Amino acid sequence: MEFTLLVYEKPEAFAMRKNDDNDPYLGAWRAYYTTLVEAGVYVRGDVLEVPESGTTVRLHEGKRRVQDGPCADTKEQLAGFMVLNLPSLEAALEWAARCPAAAVGAIEIRPLEHQRKHQITG
Amino acid sequence: MTESAQEDVHRTIERVARESYGRLVAFLASHTRDLASAEDALSDALLSALATWPQNGVPQRPEAWLLTTARNSVIDHVRHQQVVLASEQTIRLLGEHASQRNMTADFPDERLKLLFVCAHPAIDSSMHTPLMLQTVLGLDAARIAQAFLASPPAMSQRLVRAKAKIRDMGIKFEVPQQRELPQRLDAVLEAIYAAFGIGWDDIAGIDQRGRDLAEEAIWLARVLLKLMPQENEVRGLLALMLHCEARRAARRGDDGEYVPLSEQDPEKWSLSLIEEAEQHLAQASRQKRAGRFQLEAAIQSVHAERARTGRIEWRAIVLFYEQLLRICPTMGTGTGYAAALAEVKGAKAGLAALDAIRIEAVPSYQPYWAVRAHLLRQLGKEQEARHAFDRAIGLAEDPAIRRFLLEKRG
Repeated sequence: MEFTLLVYEKPEAFAMRKNDDNDPYLGAWRAYYTTLVEAGVYVRGDVLEVPESGTTVRLHEGKRRVQDGPCADTKEQLAGFMVLNLPSLEAALEWAARCPAAAVGAIEIRPLEHQRKHQITG
Repeated sequence: MTESAQEDVHRTIERVARESYGRLVAFLASHTRDLASAEDALSDALLSALATWPQNGVPQRPEAWLLTTARNSVIDHVRHQQVVLASEQTIRLLGEHASQRNMTADFPDERLKLLFVCAHPAIDSSMHTPLMLQTVLGLDAARIAQAFLASPPAMSQRLVRAKAKIRDMGIKFEVPQQRELPQRLDAVLEAIYAAFGIGWDDIAGIDQRGRDLAEEAIWLARVLLKLMPQENEVRGLLALMLHCEARRAARRGDDGEYVPLSEQDPEKWSLSLIEEAEQHLAQASRQKRAGRFQLEAAIQSVHAERARTGRIEWRAIVLFYEQLLRICPTMGTGTGYAAALAEVKGAKAGLAALDAIRIEAVPSYQPYWAVRAHLLRQLGKEQEARHAFDRAIGLAEDPAIRRFLLEKRG
């Protein structure tokens, strides 16, 4: 079953992206990614640019409202996502807990909806 | 009533609840086989204690008071449900027992039966520990969920289902027959040890919830030992957990960094806990054949010797691991054996022992990769070592261990 791990990070973690290859946080991420791939659970994923680079669009009473920056003004912002193929939510929680961002931000786990449809229609 | 007297009453209720919770639930449920209703009745009784004791004062025998109140509530509940004849008998039994004994608070301790029910083979083994934590110790589902990395509603639901199964299947509250005792006792010990392991792994020393769970597990083992003083494996388990607990203060450096066992400062170990562990171990080992927990405790005991001798007797550890592998060939045992063997016979032998472990268990076992990385580096296989370090880092959950491995990898 496929689970999406949505990775949320604080500004400090986003700032670390500018550091060089010896940065421990980045090093932990590389190791984590290697481990996911070699454990055979990694399906796909990507890293998002920093939240400030985002542009948000809303249509309010027919008028376009464009806003610089991310959709919600929260401390923890979406930083990327990974789709993992795992047997259970418990396994997804295990992998989420190992994610370097879990100790400094948050990981949200969401099943992918198309799977539920598959299950319903067989 | 003054505020401080109020506080006293609350503390008394808290203390009685903690000490008596399992006994009361076990006694109530051993007659009805209905854990959920026993727990409900007990929480009702605790609530009414909170409501009435501050005004009327704490009864002379608080436990008996709680039992009587809870028993009445169970009887009401059963009557209310208007269930079949079997329940009538239950009510009678419960009534008889309680009325004869409630004035002395001398009701039988049924916690041993409750422990065996919680670890019953018909119950999913992943629920053994959560059930024990809830029914014997009175921990709430939210806290258990935290410890087990589950969401509180999900854990709550699983607990409800497990209790319904116990009730609906009519699982008996009894101590297993001699023939099946060893296996059934194993399940109980495993469940207690699992609680300890969670408390241990969970960034202990930093995180209060982890620490508490390890203490609760030791408490459970003490209860079990009191009820089964003749069982050496119970002693072995208690000795093992006490040895580990003795090192709690030494597991982290001043800046919260991870300190591996062989580099810990023995001055920071708790000598009184080590001594207690040693006593249990000595008493258990009078019987010739050592069980799994005694062997694991013996390994920890060798490590504890370093406080006295200044060195680790790796040969003894290897011997204990060899015995352990015969009766308990787990991933953890195999990895521990390889690490110890490398100390005695060199990195190459250690690596060969690692390679002998079943490959399908390997991918997500962090210590395996950490030991592998360490041995590969000793053998000068730098590229493979770095790769193994990466796997270990990727599997680490504790940030302190992750930092430690990242620094080692370089």
